Amino acid sequence: MNIVIIDYGAGNIQSIRFAIERLGYEAVLTDNAGTIRQADKVIFPGVGEAGSAMRKLRATGIDRVIPELKQPVLGICLGMQLMCKSSEEGRTKGLGIFDVDIVRFSDQVKVPQIGWNQISGLKSPLFEGVKENEFMYLVHSFYAPECSEAIALTRYDVEYASALQKDNFYGVQFHPEKSSTAGARILNNFLKIKPS
Amino acid sequence: MWKVMIIMLTKRIIPCLDIKNGRTVKGINFLDLRDAGDPVELAELYAKEGADELVFLDISATEEKRKTLAGLVRSVAEKVDIPFTVGGGIASVEDVGILLHNGADKVSVNSSAVKNPGLIDDLAGRFGSQCVVVAVDAKQVNGEWLVHLVGGKVPTDIRLYDWVREVEQRGAGEILFTSMDHDGTKGGFANEALVKISGMVNIPVIASGGAGNMQHFADAFTLGKADAALAASVFHFKEMDIRDLKMFLKELGVVVRM
Repeated sequence: MNIVIIDYGAGNIQSIRFAIERLGYEAVLTDNAGTIRQADKVIFPGVGEAGSAMRKLRATGIDRVIPELKQPVLGICLGMQLMCKSSEEGRTKGLGIFDVDIVRFSDQVKVPQIGWNQISGLKSPLFEGVKENEFMYLVHSFYAPECSEAIALTRYDVEYASALQKDNFYGVQFHPEKSSTAGARILNNFLKIKPS
Repeated sequence: MWKVMIIMLTKRIIPCLDIKNGRTVKGINFLDLRDAGDPVELAELYAKEGADELVFLDISATEEKRKTLAGLVRSVAEKVDIPFTVGGGIASVEDVGILLHNGADKVSVNSSAVKNPGLIDDLAGRFGSQCVVVAVDAKQVNGEWLVHLVGGKVPTDIRLYDWVREVEQRGAGEILFTSMDHDGTKGGFANEALVKISGMVNIPVIASGGAGNMQHFADAFTLGKADAALAASVFHFKEMDIRDLKMFLKELGVVVRM
């Protein structure tokens, strides 16, 4: 299987590669549009600030490549947020795959949310074999509000969408690569999704 | 500010591993380890036992330090599936870049941030606040909490409560507060200072220094309002099993990941 991790200079992507290797697969890190288009599975990571991350995507033209992909695509953390319509962070437009706008947690809670929180209302092949209220590791200040494309919910400040799905596009706010065996299970489920 | 909210976010238990020249130091009493000095093996064991995160504190002072540490970070990232922080003598954006590139999730800065507070802004701007932990060592001098350097040996005239506010404003993502008055005593964490810091900043606070028994952890969370608690020797010497500790906390109503 040809697995590609989109490398556009945003954060710690080695951890995702290592997590995939622990599952017995290899992954290629690239920002090459052709390599991304030819992959069987595409992982779109991201850590950092939304505005500057979008600028990097635009500079390489990847912002136009991702929405046209037909194979399974998994956005992780900021990657998921950039797949949405817009983000309050850096007041930037996103890729517009998911029909939801990213907003910031209120000052009623500590921001960023850092640590292990539960995912519930699981509905996607992504979560096969993962139990309701399983703990996932999250680090983020902005979130996707609950919406029709939500496939998992988490409570912090509000109840928000901690995972999204639309057609072949999947997004998770948490870090499966850092979420112990349950996280590994989710990554493995993603890698096993058949292209439609 | 009184925080009323639905919080399911768990309190974190963080074992800390002291590293010298790529090996764990502090006598470690693990019979079930093949090599008690191998940080990767110990890290895997802690992850399996339910540790929520790990901290590696590099105390070596050799020329080779940076290269050895980068190699260690890479080995840990390859094997361990929970987040980890690396600290100890990190003084530049370049150092941090190398560690993050090799798979560290966060870095902690301490003395270097006191000497050059702008480092916090630079790191947060370049890599994001989420990976910048500012470690603060403090002890009480004539009733006042003052920041100390070099593992608590060198006092400064910086007041603890001023400093934690400043590091938050500069973009720290978390504060790792070690009370040098409590560290090594096994008499409990500095809960009065912790609760004050926690009420003062809106970023997570990790309690460190003083863990001796399970009740101490519970107190750090309930009295100290800490978001996470770090300890070394109670875990290394098997005085406490992480699973037992979490069970104990859960029974007291502390939200933990089981």
